Amino acid sequence: MKTTDPNYVNVLSMHDTGPAPEAAIGRDIIRRGAIVAPLFIGLSALGWGANGAWSATYGLVLILANYGLAAWLVSYTAKISYALMMGMTLFGYIIRLAIIAAAVYLVRNLGWVELVPMGVTIIVAHVGLLFWELRYVSLSLAYPGLKPKPQSQQESSSAQANSL
Amino acid sequence: MEALTRIARAGIRVAELTAAEEKANSAAQMAGLAYGLAAIGPGVGIGIIFGKAIESMARQPESAGMVRTTMFLGVAFTEALALIGFVAFILLKFA
Repeated sequence: MKTTDPNYVNVLSMHDTGPAPEAAIGRDIIRRGAIVAPLFIGLSALGWGANGAWSATYGLVLILANYGLAAWLVSYTAKISYALMMGMTLFGYIIRLAIIAAAVYLVRNLGWVELVPMGVTIIVAHVGLLFWELRYVSLSLAYPGLKPKPQSQQESSSAQANSL
Repeated sequence: MEALTRIARAGIRVAELTAAEEKANSAAQMAGLAYGLAAIGPGVGIGIIFGKAIESMARQPESAGMVRTTMFLGVAFTEALALIGFVAFILLKFA
């Protein structure tokens, strides 16, 4: 669309210049996934033995890799242009689903694979980690990504002393 | 007579097996179709999310960070639907 307005800026030609909030969120989700991994692995081991534990681990790694890849794709392409970010978000969805499908399809017949704990881990880990992460997302103009960590009493008093 | 009965029984068994195989093939095809259908909805949803995000960034460029965070979380939630469809597919087809 052509315009005569000298202030007109096409958003698709813009690119990101600040920090990437989704990269911080992706890293935080992966960190939380590593924290809850023993729970998934333990529960699967109780129900399906060692095979269940390996399968749950595989499912969890798939989900965490999916989050990492999604965050990296958005933050990397946003630094180039929003148009590329748009394309990568839409095609990235197909690519990531294809990667997960291929990763499960390739191992489905191996001896250590139990599809039920793997599938349950994929769904529960994906949704659960996302709901858990919502508690730590700020969504404000000052902090668009994660909430700032509260300063301890000692740090804040020393900061005040330095400012004086 | 006995030979005829045996042949008839063998024929019935083959017919039963073929019916079972057909049923399994049909179930696998339906599972694939269900996965395809389950992926359409999230695809449309992600398109809408991104379209609205671009619109918001165009209206208020200073809120781009906040919009992108919301977009990332929205896309992840929408993707969960496709993953549920995928897991249902692998459980129906392979388990």
